[in-house]
Amino acid sequence: MTLRRYASPRHFHDLAGRLIPWLGWPCAVLMAAGLWTGLVIAPPDYQQGDAYRIIFVHVPSAWLSLFVYAAMAGSAAAGLIWRTKVAEAATVACAPVGASFTFLALLTGSLWGKPMWGTWWVWDARLTSELVLLFLYLGIIALNGAISDPRKASRACAILAIVGLVDLPIIHFSVEWWNTLHQGATVFRLDGPSIHPSMLVPLLLMVAAFTLFFLAVLLMRVRCEVLHRERHSRWVREVRA
Amino acid sequence: MGPRGASVSEFLHMGGYGFYVWTSYGAALVVLGLNVAAPIVRRRRLVRERPGTSAPARATEPPPSLK
Repeated sequence: MTLRRYASPRHFHDLAGRLIPWLGWPCAVLMAAGLWTGLVIAPPDYQQGDAYRIIFVHVPSAWLSLFVYAAMAGSAAAGLIWRTKVAEAATVACAPVGASFTFLALLTGSLWGKPMWGTWWVWDARLTSELVLLFLYLGIIALNGAISDPRKASRACAILAIVGLVDLPIIHFSVEWWNTLHQGATVFRLDGPSIHPSMLVPLLLMVAAFTLFFLAVLLMRVRCEVLHRERHSRWVREVRA
Repeated sequence: MGPRGASVSEFLHMGGYGFYVWTSYGAALVVLGLNVAAPIVRRRRLVRERPGTSAPARATEPPPSLK
């Protein structure tokens, strides 16, 4: 019963409004700590010098590019199965956030690849499958924009999002399945991280900060989406007043 | 400055990789900033907008071609 109550657009709007600062402030603190330890405290890498510091923005954005997609597909499934309005709104709200972090992962990877590999871009499995992810996000944004009934648009986007899920394991395992310039996993390994704690700590701080950031801006976006979709209902008119 | 050296210019230089490192962090700052600004601007517009008066973000009724 309570879950159902919070799934109603109105209660979601109120609850999310109260939750956002509790995500935003820890995010700011973790990010400040991550930047300080990553840019100032952590020593230069013995092979890559200071260039490796790009990892502290590259890995969190690459992580978010996958995490946001999984969240989007999850809410897409929930929206299709239960017709929950908030889940439908969340599906389309995820796409621009995911697209922006996929773009950031590709851009920072390129800026890291140039000095280390000697090239901005290679058409290998990891980079190509990540580029496909960007196009999936852009496709969902375009599809949402092309259908004027928001609920129908959400359902169409949900189907595309779920079909596109197939790209996620391809991205993750691409560095094992194919020969690639991209390095293998250094943190999420069965035998534990192969990265020194002085570099692992800022990396985890930044990953946590980016994840909280996503949750906060997602709630902000879903609140907007809900306000727009429910604009003819009385509670939205009360919010406006 | 911590254990890595005393001067600000050394910090900005990033061992010769300053361009790559700071462009990455600058791009991250822009992406984070836009993600915060977009919903704030949209909310302001949505709260101000009166149904039927100003042009909404999305057409209220589907155009006849889509019907």
